[in-house]
Amino acid sequence: MIKKFDKKDEEAGSGSNPFQHLEKSAVLQEARIFNETPINPRRCLHILTKIIYLLNQGEHFGTTEATEAFFAMTRLFQSNDQTLRRMCYLTIKEMANISEDVIIVTSSLTKDMTGKEDVYRGPAIRALCRITDTTMLQAIERYMKQAIVDKVPSVSSSALVSSLHMVKMSYDVVKRWVNEAQEAASSDNIMVQYHALGLLYHLRKNDRLAVTKMLNKFTKSGLKSPFAYCMLIRIASKLLEETEGGHDSPLFDFIESCLRNKHEMVVYEAASAIVHMPNCTARELAPAVSVLQLFCSSPKAALRYAAVRTLNKVAMKHPSAVTACNLDLENLITDSNRSIATLAITTLLKTGSESSVDRLMKQISSFVSEISDEFKVVVVQAISALCQKYPRKHSVMMNFLSNMLRDDGGFEYKRAIVDCIISIIEENPESKETGLAHLCEFIEDCEHTVLATKILHLLGKEGPRTPSPSKYIRFIFNRVVLESEAVRAAAVSALAKFGAQNDDLLPSVLVLMQRCMMDSDDEVRDRATFYMNVLQQKQKALNAAYIFNGLSVSIPGLEKSLHQYTLEPSEKPFDIKTVPLATAPITEQKTEITPVATSKAPEKLAPSRQDIYQEQLSAVPEFQSLGPLFKSSEPVQLTEAETEYVVRCIKHTFAGHIVFQFDCTNTLNDQLLQRVHVQMEPSEAYEVVHHVPAPNLSYNQPGSCYTLVRLPDDDPTAVSCTFSCTMKYLVRDCDPNTGDPDDDGYDDEYVLEDLEVTVADHIQKVLKPNFGAAWEEVGADFEKEETFALASVRTLEEAVSNIISFLGMQPCERSDKVPENKNSHVLFLAGVFRGGYDVLVRARLALADGVTMQVTVRSSDENVVDVILASVG
Amino acid sequence: MSQSFFYERSSSDSSKLSTSTLNTAMDSAALDASLYTVKAVFILDNDGNRLLSKYYDTELYPSMKEQKNFEKNVFNKTHKADNEIAFLEGMTIVYKSSIDLFFYVVGSAQENELMLMAVLNCLFESLNQILRKNVEKRCLLDNMDGAFLVVDEIIDGGVILESDPQQVVEKVNYRTDDNPLSEHSVAQVLQTAKEQIKWSILK
Repeated sequence: MIKKFDKKDEEAGSGSNPFQHLEKSAVLQEARIFNETPINPRRCLHILTKIIYLLNQGEHFGTTEATEAFFAMTRLFQSNDQTLRRMCYLTIKEMANISEDVIIVTSSLTKDMTGKEDVYRGPAIRALCRITDTTMLQAIERYMKQAIVDKVPSVSSSALVSSLHMVKMSYDVVKRWVNEAQEAASSDNIMVQYHALGLLYHLRKNDRLAVTKMLNKFTKSGLKSPFAYCMLIRIASKLLEETEGGHDSPLFDFIESCLRNKHEMVVYEAASAIVHMPNCTARELAPAVSVLQLFCSSPKAALRYAAVRTLNKVAMKHPSAVTACNLDLENLITDSNRSIATLAITTLLKTGSESSVDRLMKQISSFVSEISDEFKVVVVQAISALCQKYPRKHSVMMNFLSNMLRDDGGFEYKRAIVDCIISIIEENPESKETGLAHLCEFIEDCEHTVLATKILHLLGKEGPRTPSPSKYIRFIFNRVVLESEAVRAAAVSALAKFGAQNDDLLPSVLVLMQRCMMDSDDEVRDRATFYMNVLQQKQKALNAAYIFNGLSVSIPGLEKSLHQYTLEPSEKPFDIKTVPLATAPITEQKTEITPVATSKAPEKLAPSRQDIYQEQLSAVPEFQSLGPLFKSSEPVQLTEAETEYVVRCIKHTFAGHIVFQFDCTNTLNDQLLQRVHVQMEPSEAYEVVHHVPAPNLSYNQPGSCYTLVRLPDDDPTAVSCTFSCTMKYLVRDCDPNTGDPDDDGYDDEYVLEDLEVTVADHIQKVLKPNFGAAWEEVGADFEKEETFALASVRTLEEAVSNIISFLGMQPCERSDKVPENKNSHVLFLAGVFRGGYDVLVRARLALADGVTMQVTVRSSDENVVDVILASVG
Repeated sequence: MSQSFFYERSSSDSSKLSTSTLNTAMDSAALDASLYTVKAVFILDNDGNRLLSKYYDTELYPSMKEQKNFEKNVFNKTHKADNEIAFLEGMTIVYKSSIDLFFYVVGSAQENELMLMAVLNCLFESLNQILRKNVEKRCLLDNMDGAFLVVDEIIDGGVILESDPQQVVEKVNYRTDDNPLSEHSVAQVLQTAKEQIKWSILK
């Protein structure tokens, strides 16, 4: 039968495509024979196939021509040719969105769906549901219910799957078919069982009790379909996660029992579910890991891939649990499927010892060019994690990374490498020069503006402090000559930092700046002119303020304040101190590069948490005169977790006031609270000025009330205070079902935990990228020094973290990391005190029995220095 | 007044970019329990041209251009070695080739790879039977209607409808042209008749 084409093949050249030169108009022309009587099934079939093929190739059909062809096609329902009829159903589905009035075929499809020909029934249901809308669905509801419980599996499956598709559109109608779906779930046919389970879960997934019942039923009775088992495992693990069920739960037992299922698919699903569970211990992981280990030697590539990918995930959190598989993983590093080999190597890098690193790196570099960018990023991340684990290996890694940097690759890949090199530089001071050299080489030929500017920024920060800063100047100035505006501007800023730090380079930098002032771009020229003038002053303080340490205000806040200023012009110059500070310092906060990369959605300078609070608070009339919001604290819980009312407090500090925001939730469904406010009794000379109550607090609807407190003017050192808090409100009992409250209520109160205001609430963290320069800038006018003994602290790390959290200031120069095996350390902290005074703290720590700490504080205001020292003491 | 440009656009911009699709896809927790397993299925020829392709997730590659780019990318990364499974653009892709055809089934990164394999195997086996073991481009194109119907029976809107090739073939009930009333077949019938006569005489 196939042979008959041989001759044609020879004529047309083998492999020619009968659909290759199809013309849409010609095919539509041909479609006219649909109207001929009698119908020629073979020719019509061929034409329908051509139409579907064209649609599949992405050919665009206009509404008119599609509708015309569709209506012609409806005539073909008169033919009884099976394949032709089936192709009609396909055409209906394909054209459902492009043709008009597709519902014309409803009656034909309904006839086929309820007819005697079983071959037609299933496909007819699926086609019918594709063109049905909510109103029409009610008309066919009776047929759908019957079809779901039909004894022919294909009919039942088709009805169940179509119902699932329609849940999105008409949940309320499909919901009524739950009983039929329940009946179908006990079918003998494995696919029907699977589809019924899927539909049932989808209808019930918001009702945890119903899901639990369903799980109990099926886990006890057992299922036939491996697909249904996989589904059940997913439902069970999701439920476990939601209920935070322990590993002694019957659901966990069920998942574990699936590890012994006879289908590999189910075994793998169960193993993967266990691995993905949060807080799984090594002992619970063990059975899952051992089945994955078996899969590693499977002849099926997909299974090996699945196993090693899952093991890779285990290795991130529990490297020791995977060590047992090291031998099997070793066998996979030469796997012909490079994805498998890469995953095996990166897993080994996580579990293996330091001695195996060199060998593995060599192995991986032999095929790194063959793998896709996605996996290259995985490799880079493994290296990054490795550098943290074995800092001594950084030279091998650096070498490897620089080779990868030279290869071709997309943006994500290059960015991962650059990030990794930067983190190595930050971790290992001795690798700084090699790392910077590799990066310099990279920006010579870098097409990604973002990376180039990032590297230039780093060069500006680190370069001037290296032994021979002059060698970086050439690389940076080349950028000014060759690159786009953004890179040129970044290069100018970097150059300025060299001039500011190194006096002997200053004359040359000034010459280069002069040339940048001729640039064609405004931003580049502006920067050059500005830096030129600052540098010419040769003043350390100016350099520190304007070149090393940039602005620390929040950018949306600045934008808003400037806008406000232009709206209300005044004689006074714009005061930068009225702008709220940036809450989270943007750079250098990379404490750890975890391999489990946090997924950040691409955000466009989204307003920070504090900007949102500022917005909310300024909407309250009483708070409008307070000025800009200075700092918002983290929420403090004022109640136990499982109480009638849950209250947490956020402290908003302003120049002369504090606003306490109480977020209250009423967890009693038979009460409506009204006029809720929190009474605060200060221990010091703080004055409670005003309450803003929450008008209504109904069941489970969080609401906020505020209390405004004025800080004492006469005693600026009174920064800490304890408040005893009581929530007062009017209770109106209500019907738990309807939520209707009684007419009258009664006053009641609820005692909350005490709330403390500490020195940290008055200080906003600010990152000074160059602490030394900032230290000089503030100057020694109000410097004070004192020595303390921290008797209760045993280690330097503990002392450092205590000081940071107590003062609420930003550690600079990575001084929050105490090098190992040292018995002295210097911690640099920077912040801004309420009122806009810069404050810097240098704490020298020495370890001997306890920790001795010498604290030096500098600030632009004497009171602030006193406040800090007083509170530390 | 010109202080604003001290804000380093370089450093802050880069730290806010999205991380690689791989990490987001590979590391996020187990997926929601759902019947929607298959994101896409397609068959390409040995030049990477699309012969048949269905995308079930409308959010994934909504335009034809994106779909074809994706197929090109997948083809370039997979046609050289028959490796069965790959991970590209945040998707798990299982594939198989036969003579001048490439079959692909695409699922999300968290999807059970073996489920996707079950779909791929079912697709291949069903076509193998319908095409009478001639799984090659020419034969596929001559029976394109059968191929469309097979895919329709295996996956419906991303849900695995059937995974047993035998069932699929029965449901499709497809006959390769048995009674073609063309010149060609008349000649063939004659030829067969001749041969049979010849054989009967020789006996």
